[in-house]
Amino acid sequence: MFARFANTTAFPQPAAQDGAARGRATGAHLAVMGLSHAYKKIDGLVLDSLDFEVQPGEVLALLGRSGCGKSTLLHMLSGLSLPSAGEVVINGNTVRGPSQAWVMMFQAPSLYPWMSVAQNAALGLRFARRSSEIATRVPEVLELVDLSPYADRNVQDLSGGQQQRVALARSLATAPEMLLLDEPFSALDAFTRRSLQRDVRAIARRLGLTMVLVTHDVSEAVRMADRVLVLDANPGRIAEDTAIALTEEQREGGCERFNAEHIRLMEIYTEVAHGDPSDQTDD
Amino acid sequence: MTAIPDTARRNAGAGGFRLSQLARARGLAHAGLGIALLMGLWWLGGRAVANNPNMFAFADFAPGPTLSALWGIVQSGAVIDMSVPSLYRVGYGMLIAAALGIPVGIAIGRLPWLRELTNVPFQFLRMISPLSWMPIAVMAYDTWDGAIVFLISVAAVWPILFSTAAGVRRIDPAWLKVARNLGANPLHMLFVVILPAIAVDILTGVRLALGVAWVVLVPAEYLGVTSGLGYAINDARDTLDYAQLGAVVVVIGIIGFALDSGLAALIKRFNWVRASA
Repeated sequence: MFARFANTTAFPQPAAQDGAARGRATGAHLAVMGLSHAYKKIDGLVLDSLDFEVQPGEVLALLGRSGCGKSTLLHMLSGLSLPSAGEVVINGNTVRGPSQAWVMMFQAPSLYPWMSVAQNAALGLRFARRSSEIATRVPEVLELVDLSPYADRNVQDLSGGQQQRVALARSLATAPEMLLLDEPFSALDAFTRRSLQRDVRAIARRLGLTMVLVTHDVSEAVRMADRVLVLDANPGRIAEDTAIALTEEQREGGCERFNAEHIRLMEIYTEVAHGDPSDQTDD
Repeated sequence: MTAIPDTARRNAGAGGFRLSQLARARGLAHAGLGIALLMGLWWLGGRAVANNPNMFAFADFAPGPTLSALWGIVQSGAVIDMSVPSLYRVGYGMLIAAALGIPVGIAIGRLPWLRELTNVPFQFLRMISPLSWMPIAVMAYDTWDGAIVFLISVAAVWPILFSTAAGVRRIDPAWLKVARNLGANPLHMLFVVILPAIAVDILTGVRLALGVAWVVLVPAEYLGVTSGLGYAINDARDTLDYAQLGAVVVVIGIIGFALDSGLAALIKRFNWVRASA
C-alpha cells in the first residue's frame, strides 16, 4: 500500500502546489510559548508553562499517561479551546480559533452516518465555500488513503480502520498545513493500527505536513515521530525532549535500531511516569 | 480492506431475497386477514343492530348500505368536495405547527436553560385538550376556518416540538466538534449536521402530530363551517342518513391511513440508522 501511493502520479505533491498558490510554505511552523492551563472547576494547573517549537514538516509526538493534559494541549494547538496563559503561534500568528490550515483528528472517526465516504471527505471544502474543488480534490484524497473503490459507500458499511481513513481523507481534503492527531488509532486492532501509523506518517511526509500526535503508546511514538516530548503529569510539564533518529525502513520495526530506540524511550517514559507522585499503577 | 468475493455476496443476496419474499407474502396475508376480520365484525354488528328493536333505525351502518353509499359519493365526486377542505385545514395547521415546533424544538434541545425554563409550561399546555380552546378560538378568529386551523396547530405543535428537541439532545457532540474543526459556520451546523441528524425525529414528530390533528379535525369541523369531513358527518346525522354517515367514517379512516403510511415511507427514506443485520 505504501509503495502504491509512493509511486502514484495521481497526487503530485498537491499540498506543495496549493501552498505555493496561496503563497505559503507547505508545513506550518508551530511555537508554543509559556502555555499554562487550569480548568475552572479543578484546583491547580493542568499544563504548566510549556515552551516548544515544531519545525515545518516535522512529526512531533506528545507522549504521556492519561490525565497528563496532552489532549488538552492538542485542543489548544487546534484553537478548539484557549489556554489560561501563554500562546500558541502558528506561522507567526497567535491561534484564536479553529482554522482550515490545521485540522484535528480524534479518537473516534466521528463520520456523519447519513453521508457517503465521498460526501464525508468533501465536508471541509463545502464549509470553506470551495465546493468547486470537490470533484477533483475528493478523488485525490480518497486515492491517497486507499479508499477510492469505496467513494459511494455509506460510511456505516466500513470497518473501523477504513472509517479512520475516511476521517483522514476528510482532514486532508482542504490541504491543511498541519495535522493534529488525538490518539486516532487507539480503538483499532494492532494490525490495522500498524498500517495506519505507517501510512499516515508517509502521507504527512509526502505532503510536507507538520504533524503533532498525542499518544500513550511508546511504540507508536517510535514508529511515527521525528521527535518526542515526554510529558509529566499533575501538572503537565515537558520532562524530556528527544529525537527519534530512525530511517523510514527502520520504523517498520523488527530491527536492532528500532528496538534500541524503543527501549530508550520506554526507559525515559517509565522514569517520568514513576517520578509522578500520583503514580499507583505500572502501565 | 478485503473486499467480499462477488460470489459470496450474490449468494447472500439470493438467500436474503427469497427470505424477504417469504416474509413479505406472510405480511400481506396477515394484513388481508386483519381487514377481513374487521369487515366480519362490522357485518356481525350490523346484524345485531338490525335485529334489535331499539336500534334497528341505525341498521344502515352495516357494511352493505355503507359501502353502496360510499360508492355513491365516490361516483358523484362528493368525496373530493368534502375531503379537500379538510385536507387544506389539516395541511395549513400542520405547516404552522412545524414552523413553530421545529425551530423551538431545536432551541430547546441545544440550550439547557431554555429547556429548564419551558419544561413546566409546555408540559402543562400539552396536557390541555386542544378542543378546550374552541370557545376562545371562535372569539379570536374572524373566520371559522381560522379557528379550526388554530385548533389543529395547537394539537400538532407539541409532538413535533418534543420529538425535535429529543432528537437534538441525542446528537453526538463529536459531530459538532468535528464540524467546528473543519470550519463550519452556524448555518452549516444547522443545515449540514443538525437537520440531517434529526430528520427522522422531526418526521416521527410530524407523524404523531398528524395522527392527533386528524382526530381533532372532525370535532373541530362541527364548528360553524359548511364543508369538510366533520361537517359531512354532522350533516348526515341531521338528515338521519346513516349509510352516508358510515361512508364518511370510512373515508376519514382511509385518508388518515394513507397520510400515515406516506409519512412512514418518508421516515424510512430519511432514516440513516442501519438495522443491525
